[in-house]
Amino acid sequence: MAEYQNLFTAVQATGPLHGGVSLPAEDDARTGKPFLWHLAGRLGNAQIGPIYLGGLGVISLALGTAAFNIIGFNMLASVDWNPLQFIRQLFWLALEPPPPSAGLSIPPLAQGGWWLLAGFLLTASMILWWARTYRRARQLGMGTHVAWAFAAAIWLYLVCGFFRPVLMGSWAEAVPFGIFPHLDWTSALSLRHGNLFYNPFHALSIVFLYGSVLLFAMHGATILAVSRFGGDREIEQIVDRGTASERAALFWRWTMGFNATMESIHRWAWWFAVLCPLTGGIGILLTGTVVDNWYLWSVKHGVVPSYPAVFPVTIDPALLGAKP
Amino acid sequence: MKASNTLLTRWIPVLAVLLLTACGERPPIQAVQTGYRGTGMEQIYNPRILAAQAGLNQAPEPLAPLGSDGPKAGDVYQNVKVLGHLSVGEFTRLMVAMTQWVSPKEGCNYCHVATNLADDSIYTKVVARRMIEMTQTINKDWKAHVADTGVTCYTCHRGNPVPSQVWFAPGDRRYGNSLLGDRAGQNIAAPAAGLSSLPLDPFTPYLKESLPIRVNGDAALAKTGAAANRASTKQVEFTYSLMMHMSSSLGVNCTYCHNTRAFGEWGESTPARATAWHGIRMARLVNNNYIEPLTQSFPAHRLGPQGDVAKVNCGTCHQGAFKPLYGAQMAKHHPELLAPAPPRAAAPAPASVAATPESPAPAAAAPAPSIQENVHFGVGSAALPTDQAEAIRQVVEVNLR
Repeated sequence: MAEYQNLFTAVQATGPLHGGVSLPAEDDARTGKPFLWHLAGRLGNAQIGPIYLGGLGVISLALGTAAFNIIGFNMLASVDWNPLQFIRQLFWLALEPPPPSAGLSIPPLAQGGWWLLAGFLLTASMILWWARTYRRARQLGMGTHVAWAFAAAIWLYLVCGFFRPVLMGSWAEAVPFGIFPHLDWTSALSLRHGNLFYNPFHALSIVFLYGSVLLFAMHGATILAVSRFGGDREIEQIVDRGTASERAALFWRWTMGFNATMESIHRWAWWFAVLCPLTGGIGILLTGTVVDNWYLWSVKHGVVPSYPAVFPVTIDPALLGAKP
Repeated sequence: MKASNTLLTRWIPVLAVLLLTACGERPPIQAVQTGYRGTGMEQIYNPRILAAQAGLNQAPEPLAPLGSDGPKAGDVYQNVKVLGHLSVGEFTRLMVAMTQWVSPKEGCNYCHVATNLADDSIYTKVVARRMIEMTQTINKDWKAHVADTGVTCYTCHRGNPVPSQVWFAPGDRRYGNSLLGDRAGQNIAAPAAGLSSLPLDPFTPYLKESLPIRVNGDAALAKTGAAANRASTKQVEFTYSLMMHMSSSLGVNCTYCHNTRAFGEWGESTPARATAWHGIRMARLVNNNYIEPLTQSFPAHRLGPQGDVAKVNCGTCHQGAFKPLYGAQMAKHHPELLAPAPPRAAAPAPASVAATPESPAPAAAAPAPSIQENVHFGVGSAALPTDQAEAIRQVVEVNLR
């Protein structure tokens, strides 16, 4: 006898394959014949496809693939076309933006031109994909919450890679495409501007990041915990509370005196997730353009604690006229 | 279900251990607090790695002193340009010590022509002479970095003719001029930067050129025009790379010098940062005034891919220790290395300058019989008293056989 588990999916309830609602005449047909895949069903829905690509999807994928290839082949060329080194050092490799000397000019392909091209293609690809999420949501009569959440992520991407470099007057300020190199950029940006942890918008962004994690854990745990009473049908329970949502609400009222509702918990989650890149983007946009040194800015505003001196006073040797 | 759950719990610790060891350094990790609590001012050590490193940083026993009286080396031997003011005993003692420090396997003949020790035709002798001058300058003028501990040849050489940690300008890439794949001087595992993807040559800009290392501005808000801080994020990565090199060369964390809440602030830093500041300038001076000008002296196989000479960085002396040899007092046993020779008095130099690589020294008039042929310094002056000659013979024989 199959046993219902509420930590891992053990039982798959599958219905007949479903192609989706019929589409108006101006839309493309959906692609692919739907099928069931057991392994996919362990994680989510077992039915794969059909997919709706449409004009936006096709162009977005084409531009994204072009950007991906420009980045990949530049990485491969940077290890002198050695496939073993490409795999071995993949996390170290990058497509680097133009040097600071290039300013905002269009540099030769080999000195950042490829970065500019790949960045343009990737941005176009993402914006087209965004339009796709918007249009598909409208087509299904849904709200456009997913599209606006995605837009928040695109905002942060564009702040780091486009808006801030333009305001700073140098493509070199932008993020390289690469795993470790983009992390190096992150630390370098923080070091250059006197420690980004003193940037209040950075702090807000971290609050929403960790807050999202906390809310996700609380909500996921609550729903799984009451799924034995049908709590996983949470949308119905927004208007028709049953014993599951009553117990869930009671649990949180008992443990912390206050509880979200089946509906409001999703608003919390959505706003926390969206505000993370939104506030973060504001913080990055101000860095270097308005505030040059966040540590000194925080000293100025009295939020840097001072500690008892442990070391002897160290004076900058350059101020002492030290030779040479 | 039960079986697979036990399997899972059994493998989780194994996976965790694998994951930890994949990080490259096996525990234990010991943290030593150095600053005020809560500020993160601490040093991280792994006792196992520290023990291995301690063995590599032992200073050798000093040689017994050989007296400063008697004739001067410059009067007895030919072609003595830097150490002529020493007594023959002091001079020979240093030669023996240098052989032990720099070429213990190769012996005297690593620098000297066996038949004429005054001959300059082996390049290492010319280099060694300049390195003695460098050592004297460091010990006299760079006390802000080397304090009274000072340096000797052994600080860098450790028994190797070429110090084990040196740097060259990176070579050209095979397809460096292609349309694709510009590395921008980084984005490859860089040994100089602790195998990170930071710039792979932080030495040329900072330890040879004097490009600005500082990137932080002195005001909260961004200034405009000429007052603006123009340091770019990419420039920071070069500074970062240099700092990674310093950290790995000294076996210390960032917090040895900096308070990480404000890297640039001197008021938040430890005194070690000022010592390091002088060290950067010292390495730069050594490279530009002492090492680079010797480029033509070196044979091609000692030069780097760009034809440049092996240069020094922090690791050349420190070799993983916060103080080279953990601050062992070696230089005080060799006062001749603590300062350059005093300016020559009016007394004219003896005819010792006659010897050049092209014209070997004239045959010895009367070689002291107790000194072996291959440690004889060209003229073999009879001015050396027999007891002194015997003492020198002993120190040479005992230490170089």
